[in-house]
Amino acid sequence: MIHFVVHEEGDGVGVVVVEGVKSGQPLSGWIMEDDKDIGVTAKSDIPIGHKVALKDYRPGDTVIKYGVDIGKVVAPIAKGEHLHVHNVKTKRW
Amino acid sequence: MDLKNSTFFGFKRENGRVGVRNHVIILPVDDLSNAAAEAVANNIKGTMALPHPYGRLQFGADLDLHFRTLIGTGSNPNVAAVVVIGIEEQWTAKVVEGIRQTGKPVAGFGIELHGDHDTIMRASRAAREFLQAASELQREERPLKELWVSTKCGESDTTSGCGANPTVGNAFDKLYPHGSTLVFGETTELTGGEHLVAARCRNDEVRKKFQFVFDRYQKVIDRHKTSDLVDSQPTKGNIAGGLTTIEEKALGNIQKIGRKCLVDGVLDKAEMPGGPGLWFMDSSSAAAEMVTLCAAAGFAVHFFPTGQGNVIGNPILPVIKLCANPRTVRTMSEHIDVDVSGLLRKEMTPDQAGDKLLDCMLRTANGRLTAAEALGHREFVLTRLYESA
Repeated sequence: MIHFVVHEEGDGVGVVVVEGVKSGQPLSGWIMEDDKDIGVTAKSDIPIGHKVALKDYRPGDTVIKYGVDIGKVVAPIAKGEHLHVHNVKTKRW
Repeated sequence: MDLKNSTFFGFKRENGRVGVRNHVIILPVDDLSNAAAEAVANNIKGTMALPHPYGRLQFGADLDLHFRTLIGTGSNPNVAAVVVIGIEEQWTAKVVEGIRQTGKPVAGFGIELHGDHDTIMRASRAAREFLQAASELQREERPLKELWVSTKCGESDTTSGCGANPTVGNAFDKLYPHGSTLVFGETTELTGGEHLVAARCRNDEVRKKFQFVFDRYQKVIDRHKTSDLVDSQPTKGNIAGGLTTIEEKALGNIQKIGRKCLVDGVLDKAEMPGGPGLWFMDSSSAAAEMVTLCAAAGFAVHFFPTGQGNVIGNPILPVIKLCANPRTVRTMSEHIDVDVSGLLRKEMTPDQAGDKLLDCMLRTANGRLTAAEALGHREFVLTRLYESA
């Protein structure tokens, strides 16, 4: 079962594609572009469509998705945690 | 899917364009004429009024866009004939003359010096004649390239970027080599990925024009923003769906233009493309505004990927909705024409998803009603550039 997908190898986030992911749950992922498997253990409850961090981040770090910069980290994020508007912001505007 | 000899059954119009619907529309020039237009559509069953809130004391580029949108809507090949109603004769005649260039039946009625009763009576008579004539028109088999296809996504979430939008991209990559006319837009929603679109432009001239319209709107944001645009881009719905930043939303959005097709030209709002290829239209990212502009530019069928479940339709342009979010497909199934959620379970390849969308496109072109049409979604929303005089 695929719990999350990753666009391409090197991306620092995965997208949860099933409902009801709970903290502590081992998750199986699929790197779509490279058709490879990847795993991570959830450290937060993560709703469907939301992102799981695939590495540890410190404030000021850049988040990469689709192989491209999608914003800056504003609060520490541990691998497996929910990555969203509470810890990542746009670099534009 | 091999599209080489693909055809569809459409209505060939007087100017050579081919439509997939056969609407007789009652088109108000201004807000004051909505009541009469709706009365005519109520009298003559099978016609459709397109009420809207504007058309008075607009001027300059904003007025030009108003006329271009109304004339373009009437000129769209999905429309068989048009009854135009305006408060004043002159602006009414301007819209009628614009639509008349296509050769299709069109008649205009001014309300002043007549009142609603007399106007409704005269306009109803014309509408009845147009409707009966249109009802005798037959579909004929036409080559695929004569079907103009637009795209714009809405209520996007992260599944849009990994499922529904790449499906449109796959379909566009398959249509493009066959001489199709395609369009995408949403100027602000390229922010963070604008360099990727610029890199796809056919030549420096197109790239320069694209960069110009992109930069122009960034300046509009700078001028009007309070803190930033985070209350609007991404929207609250986008954020609820897991999209965090405009950059992430934009990179998902750009998946709609596939991997192979080049951006062949840049269009102003509601501007008709001059030939086949993939066009970028400088436009709002608000769903109904953008789809209305696509209809006014002459597009005949629309791909609308959604994540959280946008319910939009258009009066004259069939809007095909596709979705990869399994929760949305489950909870809002009546709105979704093409379920591509299997992509995220590895039960479907991008190639299969693109074929599924193209199959739905051909069935829609041949007459199948979209979910939005069956549900009566007729959002007709005119873009304004600035306040009226």
